[in-house]
Amino acid sequence: MEAGTATTSKLVRPEVALQGLKAEPRGWLAWLTTTDHKKIGILYIFATFLFFILGGVEALIMRLQLAQPSNTLVTPETYNGLVTMHGTTMVFLFVVPVLAGFANYLVPLMIGARDMAFPRLNALSFWLLLFGGVAFYMSVFFEPPQAGWTMYPPLSDDAFSPSGGVDAWIFMIHLTGISSLVGAINFVATIHNMRAPGMSWGRMPLFVWTILVYAYLLIAALPAVAAAVTMLLTDRHFGTAFFDPTGGGDPLLWQHLFWFFGHPEVYIMVLPAFGMISEILPVFARKPIFGYRAIAASTVAIAFLGLLVWAHHMFATPTATVVLAFFMLSSFTIAVPTGIKIFNWIATLWRGSIVYKTPLLYAAAVPGLFVIGGISGVILAIFPVDWQLTDTYFVVAHMHYVLFGGAVFGIFAGLYYWFPKMSGRLMSEGLGKTSFWLMFIGFNTTFLVQHSAGLSGMPRRVYDYDDSLGVSVYNLISTIGAFILAFGILLTLINVIHSIRKGKRAGNDPWQGNTLEWFTTSPPPPNNFDSIPRVRSVEPMKDIRREVLARSRPAETVAQPAAPRSL
Amino acid sequence: MPRRLLLAALGAALIALLLTAPSAFADTFTPESGGSPNADDIDTLYKITLYVAIVIFLIVEATLIWSLVRYRHRRSRPDGAQIRGNTPLEVGWTLAAALILVVLTVVTFVYLDDIENPPESGPNGLQASQTRFASVDQPAPPSGRPYLRIKVNGQQYLWRYVYPGKRTVFSYYTMVVPVDTTVVLEITSSDVIHSWWIPKLGGKADAVPGHVNETWFKIPPDKAGTTFIGQCAELCGSNHADMRAAVKAVTPAQYQAWAEKRADQIETAGKALGEQRKEGEGAVIPEQ
Repeated sequence: MEAGTATTSKLVRPEVALQGLKAEPRGWLAWLTTTDHKKIGILYIFATFLFFILGGVEALIMRLQLAQPSNTLVTPETYNGLVTMHGTTMVFLFVVPVLAGFANYLVPLMIGARDMAFPRLNALSFWLLLFGGVAFYMSVFFEPPQAGWTMYPPLSDDAFSPSGGVDAWIFMIHLTGISSLVGAINFVATIHNMRAPGMSWGRMPLFVWTILVYAYLLIAALPAVAAAVTMLLTDRHFGTAFFDPTGGGDPLLWQHLFWFFGHPEVYIMVLPAFGMISEILPVFARKPIFGYRAIAASTVAIAFLGLLVWAHHMFATPTATVVLAFFMLSSFTIAVPTGIKIFNWIATLWRGSIVYKTPLLYAAAVPGLFVIGGISGVILAIFPVDWQLTDTYFVVAHMHYVLFGGAVFGIFAGLYYWFPKMSGRLMSEGLGKTSFWLMFIGFNTTFLVQHSAGLSGMPRRVYDYDDSLGVSVYNLISTIGAFILAFGILLTLINVIHSIRKGKRAGNDPWQGNTLEWFTTSPPPPNNFDSIPRVRSVEPMKDIRREVLARSRPAETVAQPAAPRSL
Repeated sequence: MPRRLLLAALGAALIALLLTAPSAFADTFTPESGGSPNADDIDTLYKITLYVAIVIFLIVEATLIWSLVRYRHRRSRPDGAQIRGNTPLEVGWTLAAALILVVLTVVTFVYLDDIENPPESGPNGLQASQTRFASVDQPAPPSGRPYLRIKVNGQQYLWRYVYPGKRTVFSYYTMVVPVDTTVVLEITSSDVIHSWWIPKLGGKADAVPGHVNETWFKIPPDKAGTTFIGQCAELCGSNHADMRAAVKAVTPAQYQAWAEKRADQIETAGKALGEQRKEGEGAVIPEQ
């Protein structure tokens, strides 16, 4: 690119001389060999959305099977395979890595850096993720795992799951785990060391705050699951008995290790989405974020408390009451910082001047939907009540309100918000708004009634239910909702494909953004910024716009012309 | 004003639905109950939480929707109010959230004892004098009315129950219990993890191999003759959805009679099996 245009200095400076410089590869080879954080980010987002489609189709097949009692669309074995693949895909191959994709693209731009700290490590992160996903999906050619994404032994042990599906799952966990781990180290190194001059911790964009916390949480939580799946692998193939009670092991050990990772994983999935909407809401409300410090601090608080609540997934196991009470109280305390965030977002909209663009719709839906998941989370944290609700469709509804209503709606807000920066083109507002309303209605139709199905006694992960249980109507409604939701998502995908080629030109700053990514061109050049501005507030782009406006005014209206300085 | 009218009508419909809901759809919004005091207490605890939750839900959604509608972008007002925070307000809602959770904690601990600890059996339940099937090694509750301790074993894909007493009594799928008697279940598994759950009789208890988990229920006297159904709640393999369970409540006298009959059946079957084995052995010996 025209990186040299800014450096017009006549001074003689020492330079690195290159011999035999190869031209940048073009076409698909450019994508395979890239170490540019933006291209890697787009690879991440593209690959993870493919997995999202796979996971979504798996969900639709399950919903079809459950549309009526005693249905025989799929066999019980296939159904359990679908349950396992849907959960695994959405958690490990969509939500976590798509956030890594957005973070890859946006963190260097937002902090005014020219790339990530370790660009080649960054490329490794992506390829490990992709091959992890491929290794897992290869199992459809022999026998996919059927023990659920939580893979509880003894069911996942060789005695009850002799096929290689569980092993494919274990390798996927290892590969995506290493991918996330090196990616997390990369984010930490980048955010700590490469911020633009003037960007102190108190001026860092909230999305970057959440990515920093996301990275630390991954580093804290992933080793536990890596150890657990290695133990499962040796249990299955090398005669150990970590989880096998007949050999002196304990199946509950797996649950502790898995959930020590698994619960922070929930916050790993949801906090960056919170960060996205903390960026998006103030831009469209034409108002600063309400309580910047409180939102940043509550992110850190949620992450810390998130490491102390894992056994609330195990309330029905044989465990002492005092332990259950501890995990109930620690889970309660998380509701406080989460509530703070919701209140702050609403206060950001309050007395704003809200511009109704598609990203705003998705972002404003998040507090409205997440509050339902948060409230049902508090209900589930009361362990005597959890004894009735755990492992039922109530939990299925709860986790989808958290992960779909919270994380996925946030991700779609981010997609609509940053697509113009990534592609240089705007997405269609008409298609976008239609897609939003279909997704919003479809989502609630699917999952609201599942609370009632669970309360009526329908356990999760069942391929069939009895008509006498009284949940047939709920399931039919839920299936219809799932297809409305899927149609809404399809419209967004069509919107993306259409707008990449035919969308209106976006310009550098179509939304009047607050952060530095809007300072550069859309899409940005390989070096991101020719000159990096000095940051003087949490909204550097707002400062720049104000300064440009002041300079472009006629001289007589400006009492004291701004001293010329580099932006 | 048709828009306002529509909103008002929608609001009225919603309120009407909420008011009629508790009676019409009681179990649509609350857990199953009615078969045992612990299930009833869980139901009450859930309802208290739900009422608090509905208030919070309505406040949050109303403020959100009101802000979204009221503060739409207008040319006359290109920028929103440039407010960056309000410390008293923020401290206020943090404390309010914490206070609600303290209340919920207190309410939970008030109900916890009754949910967790089995009460003594009622006067119409199985009596110590008449029971030949109560286990002898259990501590007697103050009234001297014993618990009925039943061992529950989960296995792919059925439940096996072993009843206390000198004679061997066991059954599969359907558990037969006397009413007004506190039944304590000792739950384990012999293969993978299962979870015991009869919704109307209380919460779940995971059946974990290598561990014994306990739960209890006490069916009121007027429920004699009722069968409560449930199913395994922890994914346990391909036929997990078909791993059903039933608890049949009978009077103490009927229970005694059933247990005697069942013990006889098992003994007869055992003898028949022994005969078959002997015959089998007899057939094999000459060949040697």
